[in-house]
Amino acid sequence: MDKDKKIKRRDFINTGIRFGIGAGLGAIAVGLSVRSASGEALWQLDPSKCVQCDQCSKSCVLQTSAVKCIHVTDMCGYCDLCSGYLHAGTKELDTAAENRLCPTGAIQRKYIEEPYFEYHIVEELCNGCGKCVKNCGAFGNGSLQLQVQQKLCVNCNQCSIARACPAEAFTRVDTKNTYLLKGFDKKS
Amino acid sequence: MGKELQNTIFSTKRDFSTKVQIFIMVLVLSLFAYNSFAIQRFPKPEFEGNYKIPPTQVTKIQSPALQYLDIAVLIGAMSLITWMILKKRFRRGVFWISVFSLLYFGFYRKGCICPVGSLQNVTMAIFNPDYKIPFTAIAFFTIPLGFTLFFGRTFCAGVCPLGAIQDLFAMRPISLKPWIRYLLGLIPLIYLGLALLYAATGTDFIVCRYDPFVGLFRHNATYLMFLIGGVLLLTGIFIARPYCRFLCPYGVILNLVSRFSRKHVSIAPGKCINCKLCEHACPYDAIDKPTGLGVKNDNRELIKKLIIYCMITPLLVVVCGWTVSRYHQDFAVVNFKVRLAKELMANENKAGTALIPTEITTFKSSGKPLENLYKEANAIVHRFYVGSWIMGALIGLVFGLVLARLTIFKYRDEYLVNKGSCLSCARCLEYCPVEDTRGQILKESLIE
Repeated sequence: MDKDKKIKRRDFINTGIRFGIGAGLGAIAVGLSVRSASGEALWQLDPSKCVQCDQCSKSCVLQTSAVKCIHVTDMCGYCDLCSGYLHAGTKELDTAAENRLCPTGAIQRKYIEEPYFEYHIVEELCNGCGKCVKNCGAFGNGSLQLQVQQKLCVNCNQCSIARACPAEAFTRVDTKNTYLLKGFDKKS
Repeated sequence: MGKELQNTIFSTKRDFSTKVQIFIMVLVLSLFAYNSFAIQRFPKPEFEGNYKIPPTQVTKIQSPALQYLDIAVLIGAMSLITWMILKKRFRRGVFWISVFSLLYFGFYRKGCICPVGSLQNVTMAIFNPDYKIPFTAIAFFTIPLGFTLFFGRTFCAGVCPLGAIQDLFAMRPISLKPWIRYLLGLIPLIYLGLALLYAATGTDFIVCRYDPFVGLFRHNATYLMFLIGGVLLLTGIFIARPYCRFLCPYGVILNLVSRFSRKHVSIAPGKCINCKLCEHACPYDAIDKPTGLGVKNDNRELIKKLIIYCMITPLLVVVCGWTVSRYHQDFAVVNFKVRLAKELMANENKAGTALIPTEITTFKSSGKPLENLYKEANAIVHRFYVGSWIMGALIGLVFGLVLARLTIFKYRDEYLVNKGSCLSCARCLEYCPVEDTRGQILKESLIE
């Protein structure tokens, strides 16, 4: 009789705690679901904040970074002398200037007509170091911009490049506007 | 510097058009600042031929429907494995579901999203209203807990990809001494505390950062990640499921919830006959032996101990809270703003050092006021102070409760699973002879 009572008391306490945990879980789920309705967030970097510090190529959890150089073709000046393009005939890398060009030869070009060349980036080769971006921004139109290529990004909870980024250029963006590419400044 | 660079680049080129371009470039460069962004230095060319500018190449993400598929698969796998364990009592079924989960949640979905990490998303969303939590994170956090509340840790048994991969490696499990288990069992508690602290302050997701197997799932990770994963898997051959038992922070919550579960897998389907066959069946040391009558101590002494421990508990709460809060500044350094403020302060003190970190130069060029940064950093450090007090106090409370729990004597006359640490893998069921008799009775009834 005494033992039965004890078991009943334990059961009662257990049931009470169970309902408590259940209610708490439900409250968290409902409370947060209301807020989450605004949609999934993805990582993206703001090119206007980017300082091309080379962390993107080093800090990604993927061996080859998900950050790639994106060529905004509409902005390109089709220059013969692209700040990122490494000429195929370059024999010796001894002038220090070549160290500023694409280290993997990911920028390739096609002759269009005198004196214009069309440039495109081989995504598999690009490592997101941003060397070409730096020079295109400094000497050219700024059509080369670093962006998280969303198909490659595994969308970590906390982007490890964002953690290393000195310019705090990484933000979570909406699924509708997954790229933060910049056009020309209206003023200039 | 810019002009020098250009001269070196251009010295090899001599044709007319490039000369014009160099001229324009130098002219334009002299007009505009060095690092200004996106300036139309060279106008868009007017092509003579009918050349069209190709579109900018960006890739779109997969449709969000796939995320709802994940939730559906999770619920399906959870239901199936719970049915396998509790109703069918069928170990091989559990094994195949764990293989499926490993392939789907692990290798196909690349280990993201997993419930272990989702607890940080939930914490971050609770404490930071600006953070948009994905719906899948909420679902992945609550669904396994909900199942555990009713059926025990069936999620750990084979739906969790991290558990599933370790379960396959548990080939020669050895039994650990209870005190080692208790001691190592404190690690996940501290890990959970840190994970919650960093998530609540909106700093980092450390559980995801040190996820040991996600690198294997992606076939792509840093050397350190592969190393940790490999070491854990090799350890797992002898010490079964080392991550689940001695690291997993989500396991701490599941352990607590599972203690109050409505139903739970039992070793014997009927009355235990104390045959001792299951004694070494559990690779996770989650089977409690019968207590025997002799162990039942003098009640009065136990009550005395209970009172002492209950008195000690508030003291433990304060001591642990104070101790942990002493280290709040060290915790806070992980936060970017705090680190930046600290570096700036250090830089101010020793002016004229040769190497200035990029963070500082970037911050200075951004033109944001230093005062604001210091204020923000201060606020974050204060949050860490409060958070570390709460974390320490909670750890102290758990210590106290564990001590008090030792005095409460539960009489057992049969082999029972420990509802907290049992992972519901259903291995012990294969050893129970009562199971066989039940099977025979079933067979006989079918033949008749």
